[in-house]
Amino acid sequence: MSLKDYNDLNDMQLDALREIGNIGSGNAASALASMLDQPVNIEVPKIRILDYQTVVDNLGGPEQLMVGLLLSLEGDTTGMIMFLLQKEFAHMMLNTLMGSAFPENGEVDEDSESAIREVGNIMAASYINAIAELTGLRINISVPSICIDMVGSILSVPAIYYANISDKIIFIEDEFNQGTSHASSHILLIPEVESLQKIMTSLGLEE
Amino acid sequence: MSNMITVGISDLNVAKNGDVLVTYALGSCIGICLYDSVRKVAGLSHIMLPSSVGFHPTGNQIYKFADLAIPILVDKMKAMGAKQICLRAKIAGGAQMFAAVNNSGLANIGQRNIIAVRQELQKLNIPILVEDTGKNYGRTQYFDSADGTMRIKSVNRGEWVY
Repeated sequence: MSLKDYNDLNDMQLDALREIGNIGSGNAASALASMLDQPVNIEVPKIRILDYQTVVDNLGGPEQLMVGLLLSLEGDTTGMIMFLLQKEFAHMMLNTLMGSAFPENGEVDEDSESAIREVGNIMAASYINAIAELTGLRINISVPSICIDMVGSILSVPAIYYANISDKIIFIEDEFNQGTSHASSHILLIPEVESLQKIMTSLGLEE
Repeated sequence: MSNMITVGISDLNVAKNGDVLVTYALGSCIGICLYDSVRKVAGLSHIMLPSSVGFHPTGNQIYKFADLAIPILVDKMKAMGAKQICLRAKIAGGAQMFAAVNNSGLANIGQRNIIAVRQELQKLNIPILVEDTGKNYGRTQYFDSADGTMRIKSVNRGEWVY
């Protein structure tokens, strides 16, 4: 059976994606921890196939200010990887790296923006390298593009991109926490359906 | 007392008697507000994509596309007493949220949405009074059926009224 829609995934395949998320985020968390020189905790990744509205609601409603970093995946696997950082998380990052604060309205200066982008870049590369190693697939990532705005607007970008395939989006959601503060960030891995098929084949999980 | 009616992404709705339509966090999507100022009937459609050509939308998916959703909104407003010849449009959205996403499917989707909405409104002979489109930030859009004013709210650029 070939995958046509995200809903075609069976439990074993979802488990495999969860494991991919686990390995990817483990790698990304170590990269983040070494950049910040601080421990970073990760939650067990959640794989969810959800419609846009539900995702947005889960992230605190459409008007919640967040930092979005978007990287596209190319090579054997195509799709997107998106980082969503809560204000508090971005603040913690900037404070640790630059000694500066994340402004309440999200208007960061150029240096802060490039610091955030660089952290995203390194985390995404660690995440994707882990997946590439596990699956044997060749995956390239683009440089990150940044957007600090309402989470609804940020997420409309992948929503539009996948609107022709499905009303639902598959999110491999990883939550990072830093120390005792509950600042969290999410990584959303959004593979295209054909790429999911390839990942499953490479893992020997084809039906 | 006026009520707030929320319009989700790829959704549409109509209002009168001073009720206010709202759609949150437009990014590259477009919110199309239509108003018959004589009969005070308002409508709002939140589209994601310019054209349904090549798609086979079913059910509520028709509200996703500019070319399908706008005529449906007009029909719903007519069913509430609006006259098509009296309709005027105010539109917002169509931003490019991420600069330099060199992905052909996403490049300029905001601009393509804007063009498609203009074309569809022209086809229906509905003049556009206000366009608050493009740029690179999200917009929440309120549309008041009492007087047809459109209010746009952004995260860090404040809010303004048309």
